[in-house]
Amino acid sequence: MNLTLHVWRQAGPNQPGKLEVYEAKHVSPDQSFLEMLDEVNEELIKGGKDPISFDHDCREGICGMCSQVINGVPHGGQDRTTVCQLHMRTFKDGDSIFIEPWRARAFPLLRDLVVDRTALDRIIESGGYTSCHTGGVADGNAILIPKPDAEYAMDAAECIGCGACVAGCPNGSAMLFTSAKVAQLAALPQGKAEAAQRVCAMTESMKENGFGNCTNHYECQAACPKGINVKFIAKLNREFQKSLFE
Amino acid sequence: MILDGKCPKGPIEQSWDKHRFDMKLVNPSNKRKYKILVVGTGLAGGAAAATLGELGYNVEAFCYQDSARRAHSIAAQGGINAAKAYPNDGDSIFRLFYDTIKGGDFRAREADVWRLAQVSNNIIDQCVAQGVPFARDYAGYLDNRSFGGAQVSRTFFARGQTGQQLLLGAYSAISRQIKAGTVKLFARTEMLDLVVVDGEAKGITVRDLVTGEIRTHVGDAVVLCTGGYVNVFYLSTNAMGCSVTANWRAHKKGAYFANPCYTQIHPTCIPQTGEHQSKLTLMSESLRNDGRCWAPKKQGDNRPPNEIPEEERDYYLERKYPSFGNLAPRDIASRAAKEQCDDNRGVGPGGRGVYLDFAASIKRLGEDTIRERYGNLFEMYEKITDENGYKVPMRIYPAPHYAMGGLWVDYNCESNVPGLFVLGEANFSVHGANRLGASALMQGLADGYFVIPYTIANYLVKTAPGKVKADNPECKKSLENVNTEMKKLLSINGKKTVSEFHRALGKIMWNNVGMARSEQSLKEAIKQIPVLREEFWQNVKVTGSGPELNQQLENAWRVADFLEFGELLAKDALHRDESCGGHFRVEHQMPDGEAKRDDENFCYAAAWEFKGVGKEPELHKEPLVFENVHLAVRSYK
Amino acid sequence: MQLLTSSVGRKILMAITGQLMVLFVIVHLLGNSTIFIGWVNAYAEHLHAMPPVVWIFRIVMLALVGIHILFGIQLTLENSAANPQGYAVNNKLKATFASENMIWTGLLLLAFIVYHVLHFTARVTPDIVKGVDALGRFDVFTMVVSSFQHGIIAVIYVAAMVTLFLHLSHGIQSFFQTMGWNNAKSLPVFSKIAMVLAVIFLLGYSSIPLFIVTGILNK
Repeated sequence: MNLTLHVWRQAGPNQPGKLEVYEAKHVSPDQSFLEMLDEVNEELIKGGKDPISFDHDCREGICGMCSQVINGVPHGGQDRTTVCQLHMRTFKDGDSIFIEPWRARAFPLLRDLVVDRTALDRIIESGGYTSCHTGGVADGNAILIPKPDAEYAMDAAECIGCGACVAGCPNGSAMLFTSAKVAQLAALPQGKAEAAQRVCAMTESMKENGFGNCTNHYECQAACPKGINVKFIAKLNREFQKSLFE
Repeated sequence: MILDGKCPKGPIEQSWDKHRFDMKLVNPSNKRKYKILVVGTGLAGGAAAATLGELGYNVEAFCYQDSARRAHSIAAQGGINAAKAYPNDGDSIFRLFYDTIKGGDFRAREADVWRLAQVSNNIIDQCVAQGVPFARDYAGYLDNRSFGGAQVSRTFFARGQTGQQLLLGAYSAISRQIKAGTVKLFARTEMLDLVVVDGEAKGITVRDLVTGEIRTHVGDAVVLCTGGYVNVFYLSTNAMGCSVTANWRAHKKGAYFANPCYTQIHPTCIPQTGEHQSKLTLMSESLRNDGRCWAPKKQGDNRPPNEIPEEERDYYLERKYPSFGNLAPRDIASRAAKEQCDDNRGVGPGGRGVYLDFAASIKRLGEDTIRERYGNLFEMYEKITDENGYKVPMRIYPAPHYAMGGLWVDYNCESNVPGLFVLGEANFSVHGANRLGASALMQGLADGYFVIPYTIANYLVKTAPGKVKADNPECKKSLENVNTEMKKLLSINGKKTVSEFHRALGKIMWNNVGMARSEQSLKEAIKQIPVLREEFWQNVKVTGSGPELNQQLENAWRVADFLEFGELLAKDALHRDESCGGHFRVEHQMPDGEAKRDDENFCYAAAWEFKGVGKEPELHKEPLVFENVHLAVRSYK
Repeated sequence: MQLLTSSVGRKILMAITGQLMVLFVIVHLLGNSTIFIGWVNAYAEHLHAMPPVVWIFRIVMLALVGIHILFGIQLTLENSAANPQGYAVNNKLKATFASENMIWTGLLLLAFIVYHVLHFTARVTPDIVKGVDALGRFDVFTMVVSSFQHGIIAVIYVAAMVTLFLHLSHGIQSFFQTMGWNNAKSLPVFSKIAMVLAVIFLLGYSSIPLFIVTGILNK
């Protein structure tokens, strides 16, 4: 099939950017979206033009590197699917596809579709861990963790940190990302000791790093390629309230 | 030269404890004066940086991805082994040690493997303390599953995302140290050279992938945790950015490369659909518990699978290995699939695939049971192929997956270049010629959390902190070399793209140095690779410029190194005139197709010294001594 | 302090003040509905029999509205600053017109409240008919009916109630989420309850001007 791509091109952070039009010809339905872009890039290179820069790495939906807004939806809107796992058979011959970078103040653009997501790392640095030392910890079975708690923590821990929740959020908020880590650690006995400090520090860090506030649109859950549930945001809110009384 | 692995003497049960005591310590107040450069932030690198930072060293960590959380350790699905023996099924440190030595086809160093088995238990405790949500049973105890190559249940897991959860644990630990100021992270930064001063590793030259700035970082020791090299096959299950570059640059600066020919090919991957394909996706090999492998008996049979009658199907694994059937070991299953396809009986696009059929199991157990066991894998398969594995047989094909070989290191994880330490998949130490499932995660974390913190001190006490400054002539030389190389890459302006070269190299490697290797095929590869490399430096087209975000340039550098490394891999494979583990020479096989080792002549680790591009590398041998496990034919029958 | 400065703290204040106002909306609807059974004059008489209570109540309401508006504006400004550049193609999967326009429906409601207070509480608009009923009480019934017989006023009130519906269809369920009372199962249930409540408010409040302007309810 043949497609018309409208791709955001921007040479650098402080340069002007705009949507450029490219033709993707003879696209196979078995190609992944990124492989389709690979071929467009090959043509561009052979024509002496600058290929489109985009983030990608594992190409199996787990590293969280790929980050493109396709037709207005982060990762293209297929249920629980990252861009790298999105296949061209979901498109039709003659389709026009708009490809844009993650947009949020906290994610400054670096080039074309590549943005800087280190703000998410800084949220984790503010408290997304248990302060345990290497070595000198208790046996893994010393503290029992009921299966439902372990499963709940695992549901939250599936977050791949891609930032789609922020890109989709009308407020540019990182609440789903933040809450997934808060909820994971708050559900486990190992994380409970620091739960109160953690929730305050991480939400504060979210604000300081330029993310917006959550107003319960739930767009984040819809955009999340791992289906992280907004119930974790409710959990964060509970944890925050508890912290007020400590 | 005969290499010394510096293994501790005496009973193996006490070897690590004794060695820990014998090693020197760095005074706590002196630690912050030492700067350690850690390259890579996967399980090994993340764990090492976090632990060294916590100890008080001044750590700088580097990764090419945009965050320390994205290294390819994240893609490991199955689990992590430990000798906890929680299920009371007869497991022990010795048994894990034994299984790993045997699984590696007797090509690993005993003392290293013992240590790995010993600290495996600490890893689980550490990860639990970090908040890794391992699977639990209803009583709240840690759950275990069994895995290939072992008769006990010792694998801990977090759904099908164990690697992800362990990596996020290490990432959280490193994040904590970044906050504490002991670790400084340089993301989107790729190592392009090792700086060696007076024979010791004292720095690295890196390129900032955003600004394009090339600069040198100096330190008191360098720790490489830069993963494996199977992207030399172009199509593999590795991430797109995985490369041999850091290792190769260290190799070119004097570090020996050991056993590069030991590569693991995973049997159950989703086949390639066309030339456009950029990578292959692995599905857990547990699928073979209930799936039956077959190919049509007739050559070139392109009927849909459900129209091929039972008697015209060849259940080749069941036919060839009646006792093991579809559960034959990874290497055997992989090679058998290749044989079917070479015989023009492969299925799917390009005829590179065989069927993995669940019809019999679904009939026996019902679709629901199969869905319960493998639902996520069927879902993944459908996402990629658009086929319903419950209705039509899955198509699978083997794919390069893991590198057992790597930079040569002694028992302290230190390479032959003093001050250069190598951890995880990047070194060669514990997996021998074949890695068992759920052991890669174990090794990465063992090296990072529990080995390097002790062994690096033993080196550091011998060197004064801050000995080398950034204005050292070696740093300048390194910067110049990297800059010259970059200018060369950008100025060729030829006709072929970087990925065309990578693809071409991959074809040579896969066809000649892949699952089955012969003297003839290896010689063919050794002939073809230099020709391709020559063409690369004449005819590659790299767009853009140096001082900017330039993904073509990044790739060009990586492919350039693969083009040199591929030749070494082939040469090592040619020199190792035996079959062992993942290295299968068609000349050396048992009547039943098992690998036939030659312990008399090849019971050593082959460590190669770089002598120049296109020049014959020099072979150094480290003899392997087996005092605790007796050399025997590896058999799983 | 966390409550006044942090992202979540201010959100909780928004939720609580909003929810207290929803309680008022419920009570007010019940009071208004007395118009259909002819008790509205008695209701008004009783309500105003205790001026201190009325004034405390008014001050509390004013404070609630003030806090809600203050943080609402502040959070909205922060949020639009956090997302300065939209997409060329805008395509939302879950966010709704109501959830994305809370600030505008909120401000419209503010304007309406001001008008409503001037209209029926301060009674300073020209359409107001002031009188007493047979029992000598202030005749609220006549005032309301004659006012809503002006089509334009009825339309303003109905439009305001549509705005209220939009605001609360998002706001009420949002309260449960912000208070942290949600899990994966309760969220859709709370969303439905919120929608039902918002519809009841819309129908209940709009029915008065609609019944009057259509002549079903008259003097």
